[in-house]
Amino acid sequence: MKIPDTRTAGIHIPTELSSATDRYPVVPDMLPPDQSRRRFVLGASSLVALGALPLSGQLFAATPLQNNDPQTLAGKQFDLSIGFQKVNFTGKQRIATTVNQSLPAPILRWKEGERVTLRVTNTLDHDSSIHWHGIILPSEMDGVPGMSFDGIKPGETFIYEFDVQQSGTYWYHSHSGFQEQTGLMGAIVIEPKEPDPVTYDRDMVVLLSDWTDTAPEKVYGTLKKMSHYYNFRERTVGDLVRDLKTKGFAATWNERAMWGQMRMSETDISDVTGYTYTYLMNGVTPDQGWLGLCKPGEKVRLRFINGAAMSIFDVRIPGLKMTVVAADGQNIQPVVVDEFRIGVAETYDVIVEPAADSAYTIFAQSNDRTGYARGTLTTDIALRAEIPAMDPAPRLGHRDMGMDMSGMDHSGHDMGGMAHSGHNMGAMDHSGHDMSAMKMDHSQHSKPAMEGMDHSGHDMGAMDHSGHDMSAMKMDHSQHSKPAMEGMDHSGHDMGAMDHSGHDMSKMDHSQHTGKSRLAKAGFGSNFDPLTKISHVDTEFGPHVDMRSDAPQSGLADPGIGLRDHQKLYGRRVLTYADIRGLHPTYDKREPSREIELHLTGNMRRYMWSINGLNFADAKPLELSFGERVRIILVNDTMMTHPIHLHGMWSELETGDPHYIPRKHTILVQPGSRISYLVTADAKGRWAYHCHLLYHMPGMMREVRVV
Amino acid sequence: MKNLSKKLTLTLWATALSSMPVIAHEGDDPLLSRVMIDQFEWRDSDEAEPYVLEAQGWIGKDLHKLWIKTDVERVDGETEEAEIQALYSRAIAPFWDVQVGVRQDLKPTPEREWGVIGIQGLAPYFFEIDAALFIGDSGDTAARLSAEYEWMLTQKVVLSPEVSVNFYGQNDMHRLTGSGLSDGQAGLRLRYEIRREFAPYIGVNWTKSFGNTADFVRDHGEPTSDTQWVAGVRAWF
Repeated sequence: MKIPDTRTAGIHIPTELSSATDRYPVVPDMLPPDQSRRRFVLGASSLVALGALPLSGQLFAATPLQNNDPQTLAGKQFDLSIGFQKVNFTGKQRIATTVNQSLPAPILRWKEGERVTLRVTNTLDHDSSIHWHGIILPSEMDGVPGMSFDGIKPGETFIYEFDVQQSGTYWYHSHSGFQEQTGLMGAIVIEPKEPDPVTYDRDMVVLLSDWTDTAPEKVYGTLKKMSHYYNFRERTVGDLVRDLKTKGFAATWNERAMWGQMRMSETDISDVTGYTYTYLMNGVTPDQGWLGLCKPGEKVRLRFINGAAMSIFDVRIPGLKMTVVAADGQNIQPVVVDEFRIGVAETYDVIVEPAADSAYTIFAQSNDRTGYARGTLTTDIALRAEIPAMDPAPRLGHRDMGMDMSGMDHSGHDMGGMAHSGHNMGAMDHSGHDMSAMKMDHSQHSKPAMEGMDHSGHDMGAMDHSGHDMSAMKMDHSQHSKPAMEGMDHSGHDMGAMDHSGHDMSKMDHSQHTGKSRLAKAGFGSNFDPLTKISHVDTEFGPHVDMRSDAPQSGLADPGIGLRDHQKLYGRRVLTYADIRGLHPTYDKREPSREIELHLTGNMRRYMWSINGLNFADAKPLELSFGERVRIILVNDTMMTHPIHLHGMWSELETGDPHYIPRKHTILVQPGSRISYLVTADAKGRWAYHCHLLYHMPGMMREVRVV
Repeated sequence: MKNLSKKLTLTLWATALSSMPVIAHEGDDPLLSRVMIDQFEWRDSDEAEPYVLEAQGWIGKDLHKLWIKTDVERVDGETEEAEIQALYSRAIAPFWDVQVGVRQDLKPTPEREWGVIGIQGLAPYFFEIDAALFIGDSGDTAARLSAEYEWMLTQKVVLSPEVSVNFYGQNDMHRLTGSGLSDGQAGLRLRYEIRREFAPYIGVNWTKSFGNTADFVRDHGEPTSDTQWVAGVRAWF
């Protein structure tokens, strides 16, 4: 069964270096039970390498530790055994739940077009399951207890069997209780049937996760008793003094008043933090550092997977540009970046070209900056690169609360990309402006904010447009949904409801808007519509929901909290969803027939999470008709970033190009923001649809029924 | 009234427990419990050196809880004041719970029993509020309002001011409480959170009697105000 694929089993270690890794293959059962597999120190060969170490630049020598990746299993038949295992990541011995005695679980290599059989045996003393994350398969093979099947009882073997219809990087994990937190997760790499459009010489899985010595049930209970328990970045007197100095009394007072009235914390980025978490890269602690070896001159494909329970990571490799070639397993048009955010359950494949005799740190800091996972990518086993300092901890702002920004004092606030800061929108006088030079960027404004703009004082009828270079206005109404356009009365130039964002008047084609569907065009959705009206359903009101976004902006082009100014501050280009275009043309070219608006809701202090204010237990399944194409608009009525995962069907993120809509399985929804994507209901059955933050999942979940 | 309050207590417990499964299950709303010792302290003053315990505990789920509150003061090995409340607590707003139940004053004697209706939660600007109305034997009434604030000096050092006032609807010569604003206390405690769950503290506590109560206390030969240094621990689990 364990097929030692010579190409893949020691994938990070070229054969000529394999003397340093002569421990392979590992027989896990023979390991001393009290010893983590990650703690082996290299033998004599490493000392030889150390002696021959070329020291140069910022590189320094470190005692090379043996970091064996989880074993790779390839083929069509797999035997996986879920069991308890002793581990030690922090100096304290704990019990993990693992597959084949490995944390992370073995890397599974499949081939597109083949039928795989996975016999999963549960040796735990309670139920377990394995869900194949992002894999398109029959619903009874999806591995969600209570929806796909009854779970795997202690001592039982469940046989998963399905056709592999896709290629790329995916992962698998338990869908029972909180077993994922205790280690039950692993990578899936599927080789494409057709020649891979991505060329590379070597690939490596980089699976990120978070480990806590505390039992996950206790973590969950603690969060419900004291939701800020793990946050040691709370505001202190020092922050107040600093704010008074830098922002002045009035701005500080206003800010404190706002947060005080909301009774929320601007430092609440992650529910569970580095206070208890040790962040792992391929199961290796940051102290030890995972090691990825390649040969000089090789193009390396790094397959990043975020298998963490609660941690969103910001990934970069100082010194290397990363060409992102796949998102959630699906090929995308290559994007060159310096940094990207990977939400829980997302995967990104990047191509890097390490220089010979050099070492690079693969640095994955948690988005709250309370810790990091790290590894080394090098051609020389003896080399290590500097570990960069973490970036400053982010703080939440107005946009993260989905707040209407029209009535605000803008001074002193971080308005992100808002071009109008400092302007009194109500009294804004357009009459004297050269419109062409205005750089009027309303695209980041919310609808209500725009409504608050008082254009009434303008005699628009008499406004002399002839002197304006309207072509420079880039008015492109084609991206607007019908309802938005209906609010515009072009004949009388009632500009009250009109949004000016990046408009190109010269290309304006109003004919498209007459008599067409009320829905926005596929590929754009509400992501390009600043006028999207959102509404809060009755179930969102009550003690279980502490916030409702009144004016959520689109989160599409938002790199996310803590990354928004990285280009400006550090010159690091950060990937955003707006950069992503499918490599393959849009699979289903139909327009959506309807829209489903769902709000991600919660009460942070009570630690309750729900969708539309209804937790999983109280909610009816969401019904989709087989074959229909729908748009889902997610509105985030919380200040947390939620990775939302739909099982069984693709989430086609509307990033602005109807011809190359990328397919994802997990969508990050930014705080206080909204995002839209398309779903073709091409898989009958009962599917889970939920936030992939493990402690949000019990509440923030829906069953989707395709009938 | 005694029977009534006992019946009320039983009904409340039954109601609260029937809305919870006996054992926690895998859902988003497990049955949890928490004990909070807000103050367990020794007070130093000219008059007496009492030990004071102020604690709360709950068992329940997200929106429904059974809530116990107790206040005990012991001086020289004698329990001078002891009060316990058993409440059904139901969330009514994102930051607020309504609490109804019973209060038993065990000391000083004679014992008093009260029905309780109150509200507890977090007011804007992060003030922790506990306000309750008490209805006792033969229509007696009382009210209590407490407010607490936590000022983070560092991530582990917290300065916490607290005020509490009691009102009564009638004079009660036995217990030296008079109608109207009866007594109040204000405290300022500086704690160091060794862990979230455990924090020793020092502070100062000031108590004062007002109106009729002050007259009764004075007539009884006791001072109407007192300033005490305090040292204690705050803990929860």
